[in-house]
Parts: sequence; C-alpha cells; structure tokens
Amino acid sequence: MDDRTEDDRKLQPQIATTGHEWDGIRELNTPLPRWWLWLFYATIIWAIGYWVVYPAWPLVSSYSKGIINWHSRDVVATDLAALQAQRGPMMAQLVSASLQDIESTPELLDFARALGGRAFADNCAPCHGAGGGGAKGYPNLTDDDWLWGGTLADISQTITHGVRSGDDQGHQGSMPAFGRDGMLKRDDIIVVADYVRSLSGLSTTPGADLARGAKIFADNCAVCHGPQGKGNRSVGAPNLTDQIWLYGPETKTIIDGIWNGHGGVMPAWGAKLDPVTIKALTVYVHTFGGGEK
Amino acid sequence: MCPGCTTALAIEGVTAVQPGQPPRVDLMEDAKRTLAGPTLPDPQKPGEKPDDEPLYAARKKIYPQNVSGTFRRLKWALLIVGLAIYYFLPFVRWDRGPNAPHQAVLIDIPGRRFYFFFIEIWPQEVYYLTGLLIIAAMTLFLMNALAGRVWCGYLCPQTVWTDLYIAIERWIEGDRRKHLKRDRQGWTFDRAARAASKHFWWLMIAWWTGGAWVLYFADAPSLVKDLATFQAPFVAYAFIGILTFTTYALAGWMREQVCIYMCPWPRIQAALTDEYAFNVTYRYDRGEPRTSLKKAAALHANGQPAGDCIDCLQCMYACPSGVDIRTGPDVACIQCGLCIDACDAVMAKIGRPPRLIAYDTEVNIERRKQGLGPLYKIVRTRTVLYAAIIVVVTAIMTYTLATRHNDGINVIHDRNPLFVRLSDGAVRNGYAIHILNKTLETQSFVLKVSGLADADVEVIGSEARSGGDPVIDVGPDQSREVRVLVTTHQRLGSEASIPVTFTVVPAKGGMAANAADHFLGP
Repeated sequence: MDDRTEDDRKLQPQIATTGHEWDGIRELNTPLPRWWLWLFYATIIWAIGYWVVYPAWPLVSSYSKGIINWHSRDVVATDLAALQAQRGPMMAQLVSASLQDIESTPELLDFARALGGRAFADNCAPCHGAGGGGAKGYPNLTDDDWLWGGTLADISQTITHGVRSGDDQGHQGSMPAFGRDGMLKRDDIIVVADYVRSLSGLSTTPGADLARGAKIFADNCAVCHGPQGKGNRSVGAPNLTDQIWLYGPETKTIIDGIWNGHGGVMPAWGAKLDPVTIKALTVYVHTFGGGEK
Repeated sequence: MCPGCTTALAIEGVTAVQPGQPPRVDLMEDAKRTLAGPTLPDPQKPGEKPDDEPLYAARKKIYPQNVSGTFRRLKWALLIVGLAIYYFLPFVRWDRGPNAPHQAVLIDIPGRRFYFFFIEIWPQEVYYLTGLLIIAAMTLFLMNALAGRVWCGYLCPQTVWTDLYIAIERWIEGDRRKHLKRDRQGWTFDRAARAASKHFWWLMIAWWTGGAWVLYFADAPSLVKDLATFQAPFVAYAFIGILTFTTYALAGWMREQVCIYMCPWPRIQAALTDEYAFNVTYRYDRGEPRTSLKKAAALHANGQPAGDCIDCLQCMYACPSGVDIRTGPDVACIQCGLCIDACDAVMAKIGRPPRLIAYDTEVNIERRKQGLGPLYKIVRTRTVLYAAIIVVVTAIMTYTLATRHNDGINVIHDRNPLFVRLSDGAVRNGYAIHILNKTLETQSFVLKVSGLADADVEVIGSEARSGGDPVIDVGPDQSREVRVLVTTHQRLGSEASIPVTFTVVPAKGGMAANAADHFLGP
C-alpha cells in the first residue's frame, strides 16, 4: 500500500524497495556501488599475491617461504644493526672516555645511565633490587656505605671481578663462623654482640658486661673490623659504627652472624658483560647517589 | 535551443531507439537516468520480483554542465584561495632565530615539534589539537544548523579538487554537450588524444598535491631541491606517490562516490539538520505543477494553476553529483549551489523571477503554502549551544596559549627504593626531574626545593650553584632529565610523607615553574 504523503509522491515518484515490509516499515533498496565489489575482489587478489610473496601457509614439516624469502628474524637483525649504527658515535665516546669524564659530560652521562639502567635491570636487579635498594645480605647501592669502596674505580673493580666469585682478582675474605668452628664460646658471642650494638649507639641488654665485650672484640674482631669497629674495605669488613646493617641490627641477627659467619657472593661480571657495559653500569651505580669521589 | 524544448527532443530521442539496437549514451537517456536519482536503480516494474534487483549498482558517469552565476563565482574564489594556501604555505618563511627552523608552518616529526607562525607546540601540548578539533567539529555543526552542507559544497578538499578536475575535463574534452557527443562517437584519435591529455594534467595536479603535502614536514626549499636531485628520503617519495594516487583516484574517478559511499558526514549532517536550517531547496510550492512554457500559458489562460518550473533539467545537468534537486533533500546533494545558478539563468531567459531553487528553509515553504510570510530563526537552541561551545573553547585555548609558560618541570619520585638511610642516619630521597626549556636560547635554571626543613639538594652531573641552589643548564628548545637527590638530617616521624615543591626559576629571570611531590621517610 502506498501510504506516502502527496508531497512525497510528488517529489519522489520513483522509489525502489526490496519488497520487504515490517509493521508498515518498508526497506529501501540501495545497492552497493559496483566499485566496492571490485575492491573486494582486489583484496582477494592481493591476498593471493601476499601468499606468494610472503611466508603464509603451514606445511607438514615446514611452511611456504614466499619468493622474497622474508623472515621476521632478519628484520630484527636489521633493526639491531640500525640501532648499533645509531648508537655508534656515542658508543665510541663511551669507550674512549674515562669514568670521570663520562660523569662530567651531560650527554655522555645520560647515555651511560640509559645503557647502564638496562644492564642493571637485566643483570643486577634480581639481588640488588630494581632501584639498587638491596635486600638482607645484598648491599644497598644507593646509600653512602660501601663494603669494597664506592669510587668509580672501586665499583668498576667489584663489578668486573666480583666478590668471592672464584676470580683471582675478585674480592676475598669472609666473616669466620666463630661459634660453629669453636673459636668463641656461646656466652662470649652474646656479650660481644651487645658490644657491637653499643658501637652505633643501639640499646644493649640490661647488665651486659660491655668491658668484657670490648676485650673479646679487640682479640677477635678488630683484626678485620678495626680497633674502633670502623671496618676495613680491603677485606670487605663492614663499618659497625654506622646506621647501615647488611644483615640487620637485631641482637639475634648479630649473634647468628658471629656464630655462623658471613660470605655473600657476587659473580665476576667481567666474564659475561663487555667492558663498555661494565663502564655504563659503573656510572649508573655510582650515580644512584652514594658514589664516592 | 529553448531549454523548454529539450524534454520534447529527449523523448523523441528515446523513442527513436529501436529494440535490438546497441545502447548509446544519449542526452535523453542520460537525463532519464539522472531523474531516477544517482543511486537508485530503475523503479520496480509491476510483477517483477524484488530478488531480481541488482545487488551492486554501476556508477553512472556524470557530465556536469558549466554554469555561471553567484555561487559559481564564490566557488572559484574559494578554490583559488584554498589551493593557493595549500600549495604555497610551506614556502612562507618565519624568522625564529638560529635555533629553530624558519618555516612558518612546519610539522617536525623527528624533532617532535609543530610550528605555526609564532606558535610552537610540543607533543605534550597535544590538547591544543584536541581543542582545535572540538572547534572544528562545532563549526561544522553550526554551519550545518545555519546553512546546511556549506562544508561539503564549498570547502571540503574532495569538492575543491573534484571541481578543479572537472574544470580541466571541460577545458580538454569540452562542456557537457560536446563531451557527451565525443563519447558517443566511439574511440577516435581525437578522443584518445584528449583523454590522454586530460589524464596527464590530472596526474600533474595530483603529483603537485602530493608534493605540497610532504613540504609541510620538512624545510620546503631544501626538500624541493632534494626531491629534484633524488636525494630526498624514501618516505617523501612514498607519500608523494600515495597522495598522487589518492588525489587522482578520488577527484578524477571516484568524485561523488566518495561523498555518497565513503564519507560519514552526509549521514551525520542529515541527523543534525532541522526545518529552520537553510538548505539548497527546490521551492516546489512555486515550481509545481511543472509544465512547459506553452502549456503554462494555456493553463493560465484557463485560470488553472501552473508552476514556474519548466522541467528544462538544467539544474540536473549542472549538478556534480547527478542529483535532481527537485526530488527533495538527498544524501548525495553536496549543496554547492550550482543548480541555483543554472536555474537562475533559465528564469532570466524566460522572464520569470530568479531563485526558484534557492537557499530556503522547510518551514518557510510550508508557511508560503499557507499564505504566511517568511519566518527566519537564526537563534535556536542548537545554534546558541554550538556557538557557545565554540566561544568557550576558543577563549580557553587563547587564554592558555597566551599565558603558557616558556619553561616547565615534571618530577617523578624514585619508586625503588622509596627512601635511603645514610650511614650517619640522614634520610635521602631520589627524584627524576624533567626540565623543559621552550625558549630558543640555552637557559640556566635554579632549582629550589621547599617544604622540607634542612634539605640538601644535589644534582647528579651538575656542580654549578647559585646562592646554594643547584643550577641546571638546558639547551634551546630542549628538555633535560636530571637525577636529583634530596637529603635531610631532620628527625622524621614514623612513615613520614612530607609534601615538597620543586621550583625552577630561569637564572635570567622569568616565570617560575612548579611541581609538587613528597619526601618519604622510614
């Protein structure tokens, strides 16, 4: 039924519908343009061309390689080569500059920190934490307390050769197990632990015999930790008078350390990382904030 | 020939075609097809099943006839101004001193800068683009609420380039009649030569269009030199190629198909328009019933009504979309006004008043039919709303642009560790500080930290100090990130979180920039 208004009829005398009608609503027949169909065919032809040119179809034991022999791994290799080429000039400067020069040249410092930051996240963060904050037994690299020295040269040495790593030039020396190996008696250890706490002004057990503790300390500990307990970097003996504790300041932890000893290990990264990366890592660690001049 | 006679001739032409004869492109046949509308197939014949309708419609070639008049002149003026801006703007110079490019309008993608005369936009200021897009959208809506598809008819690049391409086509292959006649004669050497020449010029324009496009992305004069000597980067040639192809295809071959099938705006504007909006309208109250001049005279003599439309089809012949404006609002009609010019010319010839087709509103046609005077309503809820949004957004944009800082600072607190206990018990926090220098000279910034008593501020890699505060140099039109350590010996409460403010002040004086953060303790 034609229920259009008179004006509608006058203005649109010819109007095609699909003949479908739902509750009086008729569907206009508006065919798609033919070029749309051509484009659709063109995409099919394109797809066939794509299969021929690029790797496409899985086969029984391999896949169709495509006539231009394209491989995504080649793209990665090209991209990496381009990256190396882009880094080239800065990399060359990094190789030749001294560690001090790197820190005093802003562009080189940024470059080294960026490179070092990646290397740190990949290699160092598992023990030292993502920001170098350390953990119990793993030194905090952002503070100003260093077991083996915090100058650029010291840090570079430690990273390259490690600590108790088996490397000939690595840092040696460890805290003996005074209790386990029978060098000190149980109550001597308890007394000396109290004395160690007193060195940095921490509270001690009421009635503790600190004079006896001092005697025991002088006889057994001062060799490495120094007569005042200030530590000795050549053997990695920590300073016992400051506020920083590698394993913790609790009396129980100190007693445990004296009884069982300590000897944390850091790998010699010189065997794994190239010298430039170690240079960048050194600068990165040094600029955490605790680096020494 | 009298325009009124065209129809009569046309009918003769149709009847002259005998069954079995090959179909020909014919003036009359063309007119008949156009009458059916550009997209709709022939009307359903009685008894024919709807399933027999074609699923896909072939494009009907349109031979728009040249017209002259107000709207044609307006279109030429806008075309010349628009294209002149597009093609030559990259060559306009703007002196910014030694540390910035001298191109007035430049999108520097590798350098992440957008230059527009005295304005320079950094990537983080992309909200200016958002604001521009809001203004653009609202302007489009407002134009539509006031005068229909002004954008489509006069300003859209698709319309402007198509118009230019049609002009070239007319220049080489002749106006509607000549062109139709040539096409009807089959392939001759003359027709082939003309077609080749037309496509050559189309491609040249397309190529120049693509060429001008890439000039917005690099220093124009040197890029032109590089392009000519094959020294330019591959991406420049690639984009010229892509834009050459799209311009040639869209303006040469696709034309009205772009507007009908590819562009979303016709659909959107159809939903935005209302009965008070001016649109290019056939005044059917005045034109109907349409009839030839002679018959009209006879009808008038008998006291019967006759409209002003003499069914000469000139409006249809002039239409670049192949629309019959007399069928009412059409999604394919770009409202370019060329049918107004065409109709006015005919009305002048036959001594009837002009503007049988005109910018008019639906409301006024209804009112005229009822014998009422015209009613214009420019101020309506929607126009007020669109205008208000445009004014507010423009005001906000202008204000922020006029008062924006030439420097800036962003602070990120170290996430790990949150704080560091030093050997003497002091607490230190580390921050990454990003300083922006939007001036075109190197600037020294004095960094101050306030909110924390007894704070010691150290910048890694920068020893310079001014009155105890660290000084950081930032290059011209650059930003620099530095690592800053803030240390305090103050006794902090448990789980302290102290609000601190980082301020950079240009050493030479100028506006300071602030950023707030916290100092955390154990």
